[in-house]
Amino acid sequence: MNCQLASDSIFYQNALYRFIYDTAGTLVPCSFSHVIAGLTIMLMLVNSVLLGAALVTWLERRLLGRLHNRIGPNRWGPFGLLQPIADLVKLITKEDLVPSGADRIIFTAVPLVMMVPLVLMTAVIPFAQDTMLADLNIGVLFILAVSSATTIGIFMAGWSSNNRYALFGAARSVAVLISYEVPVVISLLGVVMISGSMSLNDIVHAQSIPFLLVQPIALFVFVTGMSAELNRTPFDIAEAESEIIAGYHTEYSGIKFALIFATETGAMLVVSAVIATLFLGGWNGPLEDFLGWFWFLLKTLAIIFVFIWVRATYPRLRLDQIMALSWKFLLPLSLINLAITAVEVFLLRDASGHLSLADLWIMAAINIPMAILLILLMGGLFQKKINSLPVRTETPMVPGVPTIEVK
Amino acid sequence: MYGLGMARGLLVTLKNMTKKPFTIQYPEERVKQHPRFRGEEFVWYEERCTGCASCAKYCPLGIIKIVTSPSESAPKEGDKYKLEVFDIELQRCMFCGLCVEACPYDCLFMGSGFEQGRYSREDMVIHVEDLRNSAKNPSTFYRPQLEQSGYDPRGGRPLSWREVGREKWDWHKREKAGLRLIETDIDSPSEESR
Repeated sequence: MNCQLASDSIFYQNALYRFIYDTAGTLVPCSFSHVIAGLTIMLMLVNSVLLGAALVTWLERRLLGRLHNRIGPNRWGPFGLLQPIADLVKLITKEDLVPSGADRIIFTAVPLVMMVPLVLMTAVIPFAQDTMLADLNIGVLFILAVSSATTIGIFMAGWSSNNRYALFGAARSVAVLISYEVPVVISLLGVVMISGSMSLNDIVHAQSIPFLLVQPIALFVFVTGMSAELNRTPFDIAEAESEIIAGYHTEYSGIKFALIFATETGAMLVVSAVIATLFLGGWNGPLEDFLGWFWFLLKTLAIIFVFIWVRATYPRLRLDQIMALSWKFLLPLSLINLAITAVEVFLLRDASGHLSLADLWIMAAINIPMAILLILLMGGLFQKKINSLPVRTETPMVPGVPTIEVK
Repeated sequence: MYGLGMARGLLVTLKNMTKKPFTIQYPEERVKQHPRFRGEEFVWYEERCTGCASCAKYCPLGIIKIVTSPSESAPKEGDKYKLEVFDIELQRCMFCGLCVEACPYDCLFMGSGFEQGRYSREDMVIHVEDLRNSAKNPSTFYRPQLEQSGYDPRGGRPLSWREVGREKWDWHKREKAGLRLIETDIDSPSEESR
């Protein structure tokens, strides 16, 4: 009874954990306090992901409607706010089908395999000052590793469905993931170099100005790469409705489909939170001791709006265009950004390896014009390559069979 | 330039946020309907109909079924037939309006409604009683005389059989008085028109 969290505990930096631990310590034996504190925060995180996913579904449909000069769902509840509940009730009451010839165990495990990494990602995101489930010192690496694990679920779905469209979708998704993981990881290296830590909380502490200004190229590459990894428009070839029905979740119905759908929108929410943490300064803002959660939510919503805005605007890219965008545009861009940042950090840091506020402003002054110049320049180069479609030659090599030749 | 085009595309969708949505919330709001709209519930004036069955002959789908019998008075030349059956199978009707164009006596009109959803296929067949009892709000489709009078079927008053013809009532009276009219109706309209 009446036990306090030891100051050498790995959870000591975590304000919310410490608060719940100390409160529970006055009521139950000390051995239970860790269990209670951990379970409470986990419950909060899981529910915030699921409820947040439902709200993001509503937000996405409403905003898509407004961006397309429509209204969006508005019949059920004020502004259609109860629409996710109506969707959920519909999906729960639908028949839960498993196709014949499907691998039942793997088929059933897929929603879980997709949902768990998503919830795990939220564990390291600081949603207020010094408040997260676990302040891992390899937070960025953890997020990159865990976010890729969802693709295993996608491939399991495609392989176990006994449906060729599902397999096509899964294969496309894996191809996209392999291409985009490289520039995404390299772009994050710049952020890690500047802040000198991989812990997300330390990165937020290091952002005396948002890294949006210091690392604009990294933000661009990260947003693009993440929207490709989330299979969002314009990179949604894994579930392209007009090409392969619904991609990997073609055969899913009922509550399984609801979970997969919640994973997709929830992934957007969590990735937006990560971007807000890494590039927009997370809970930094006026009155951050009390309003940290508000600034964090505001920045997350801003990133979500960008994702929805991009989805409302651009048409779907072809597979070869997506590959070209990754390997010919984003990868060189992120490599150049890495080199520039490395030189800047090497020249500007003081003896203890830290960067002052003035150093960050100098870097911003160099990097923002550099970003605009590089994106326009390399976009021009990219444009020439993307137009080289296959052309039919005049004389067929085999009589009667027209030859396809790439110019 | 490539990147600028992408940015311009983003601006196009962002501008839509400031505009009023184009959506018209149907049950509460309605689009203004053109008077020529070809709707369901055909408007039929029994007083003008002779039972010639031109509409049934011209229907490309053959969904109009007409059975007539000689009227009680002895069938003289130009006398009208009595309609036993006048069935229109709306479930296959494509609202081309050829039956209305074919009608030589201006007695069949397209309707102006479009909310006639039914729960069974049997209900989709319009019978002669339904035609007799339906609201007389004829569409102005292929009826220039209605269009010139500025008649609007949506919200306009129902028209009686004397108001919808190509010619004035006096013309009918002079040229073909009584020939295709029900006997009880012969006297009253002429008195009204004076």
